[in-house]
Amino acid sequence: MIKVANTSAKPKIAVHKFSSCDGCQLALLNLGEPLLTLANLVDIIHFAEAGPVEPDAKVDIAFVEGSITTPDELHRIQRVRANSRYLITIGACATAGGIQALRNNANASDWMAAIYAQPDFIETLDTSTAIAEHVRVDFELWGCPISSQQIVAVVRVLLFGVAPLQEHDSLCLECKRQGNVCVLVTGQKPCMGPVTQTGCGALCPKFGRACYACYGPKENANPDSLSERFQGFGLLPDEIADKFLLINNAAPVFAAAGQKAKENKHD
Amino acid sequence: MTKRRDISIKVPVLARVEGEGALDIEVRDGKIEELKLRIFEPPRLFEKFLEGRSYGEVADIVARICGICPVAYQMSAVHAIEQVFECDPGPWVREMRRLLYCGEWLESHGLHVHLLALPDFFGFNSVAEMAKKFPDEVKRGLALQGIGNEIVRFLGGRSVHPVGVRIGGFYKAPAAAEAVALVEKVRQQLKHAEALLRWSAALDLPDSSQEFVSVSTRHTDEYPMNEGHIVSDAGLDLSIDKFESHFKEQQAPHSTALHCHLDGRPYLVGPLARLNLNHDLLPDAVKSLLRDCGIAFPNQNMFHSIIARSVEIYYGLFEAARILENYIVPDLPYVDVSPKAGIGFGCTEAPRGLLWHRYELDADGRIVQATIVPPTSQNQARIEEDLHNELLTFGLEHDDAALRLRAEMVIRNYDPCISCSTHFLDLRIKRS
Repeated sequence: MIKVANTSAKPKIAVHKFSSCDGCQLALLNLGEPLLTLANLVDIIHFAEAGPVEPDAKVDIAFVEGSITTPDELHRIQRVRANSRYLITIGACATAGGIQALRNNANASDWMAAIYAQPDFIETLDTSTAIAEHVRVDFELWGCPISSQQIVAVVRVLLFGVAPLQEHDSLCLECKRQGNVCVLVTGQKPCMGPVTQTGCGALCPKFGRACYACYGPKENANPDSLSERFQGFGLLPDEIADKFLLINNAAPVFAAAGQKAKENKHD
Repeated sequence: MTKRRDISIKVPVLARVEGEGALDIEVRDGKIEELKLRIFEPPRLFEKFLEGRSYGEVADIVARICGICPVAYQMSAVHAIEQVFECDPGPWVREMRRLLYCGEWLESHGLHVHLLALPDFFGFNSVAEMAKKFPDEVKRGLALQGIGNEIVRFLGGRSVHPVGVRIGGFYKAPAAAEAVALVEKVRQQLKHAEALLRWSAALDLPDSSQEFVSVSTRHTDEYPMNEGHIVSDAGLDLSIDKFESHFKEQQAPHSTALHCHLDGRPYLVGPLARLNLNHDLLPDAVKSLLRDCGIAFPNQNMFHSIIARSVEIYYGLFEAARILENYIVPDLPYVDVSPKAGIGFGCTEAPRGLLWHRYELDADGRIVQATIVPPTSQNQARIEEDLHNELLTFGLEHDDAALRLRAEMVIRNYDPCISCSTHFLDLRIKRS
């Protein structure tokens, strides 16, 4: 990477949406007045939910929300990649396939038939997959949803011509910095903090509840150790699997840990 | 001799509506032969992957259906599950849920009015462009959206996919000092909301009333949010568990979105429908402001939905202030629940209208079956009907670009949330 700052007077930005809930785009739309400041720093060329529509424009930075779940999206992501200098995924769907990747281990066509009278009219893939499984991704913003700070920070450092820094620390570090009472050790609750990366502000522990891993796996996570701890709390194998197989169920570390927990059931 | 003209327009026109859509219109001899709003919604299959999950996870899972109205999904779900568990969380939780909902209405309506609807109405490409001409109005709008987000953060930690809600109540009660600080901010925004209301009432909106049936929940002594019966202005009055006896969801062949009908007919849900059916329950201060602005309900002009949203923004602030003024920290912000098997229903007022959930749970509180009927699928048939009427009234002799603009405006009145994919309406008009 980098050097967006020198590419043009005002870098061009696009925000593309794939299969998702729109929540990560709100990191921009919820900015308030800083959104107007941002619009002065960059040219927002394509951001359908906010107005500008030019999906095939060449841009310096493309933010991509959502996972790939339809044949059309398979093609569209290739165009986005070809038109963008830097492609940055925003959120759990784009970065890890999202909660809807829970279909990947099920029979998706049976599920379709259960909901839609005429599933044939709906073109959908059997899987929900992360953007990086289809094209090169330059930077990932984890989180369900990402925060405004994350996206503003990434735009800011790119404007400075610097590579963004990815924080891979565990949530526990943030929790300790805040001085929260540990919900796992003290509260004996199945908190995912030890295997989850920081970024949310340790919201759940601050609320006295167990983290449910919406920011995805931290670097070098040790899910086996945490699974054992959960077992010690009396969680059944399926309950341990559900902890890993939620928002970021298709992130490889979590997918493997969930699978392993399920296999334990049959031992 | 017959003159025949086939026109196919493929232009991205429906920015600022969530979801990817196409509008096909076939015109013959000055009449609309066929009109289809086609929605391409990549199915995310929530109802299926809820199966087998524990009751404690449901609020976090269903929030992910919509980033703009996660609170609505959480509220319909917790009410349904608490019904199965025969759990009454008591008055504190009830009030806080109402406050949380006020926050979401403010956030969602503020977003729709200022970032989505008004820029289009004035012909700006985006809110940033509009801010150059109307800086005060835009800043006012962003502040109203912002206070909504702040209210949701107060109880939920963050405004998108908040983490505070659990079955039986809330994980944590905010400190009294936080409530004092927030109520002050809420009061400050009341003047902005009043200015917005007066301003939207004075907008030069198209005069176009249509006949349609409004549907919403109704509560005996408060403007509806979390609780009530389902009523219509055609005399319907149902308890929420009887929803399926009159409302039927069907898949239209041309769309992935399911269409819901009331006794086989289209109907309206959302802010205008809520006000049509519940304006008598607004507080006196809100009523007198409406009189002062010359706003009256019932109102059958869908273009006035922007006014309806402004009314609910004002009411949302008014109600949030009332709740916060009476805020006390409870001993415990939730009641303990014990799982049991059964079927429960939740029906609450999402910003865009009625959101109905049905869950069947097993004895351990795991989901056996889930049905979720969101507001947009309910409005879908009404949108098509409205487009049909409105484009005829507007005049089919207009060129395609003008028809397209009119169609956009009509659709946007419903603030459709078709969560969702990219946002293009391909308008294809076939004239012969």
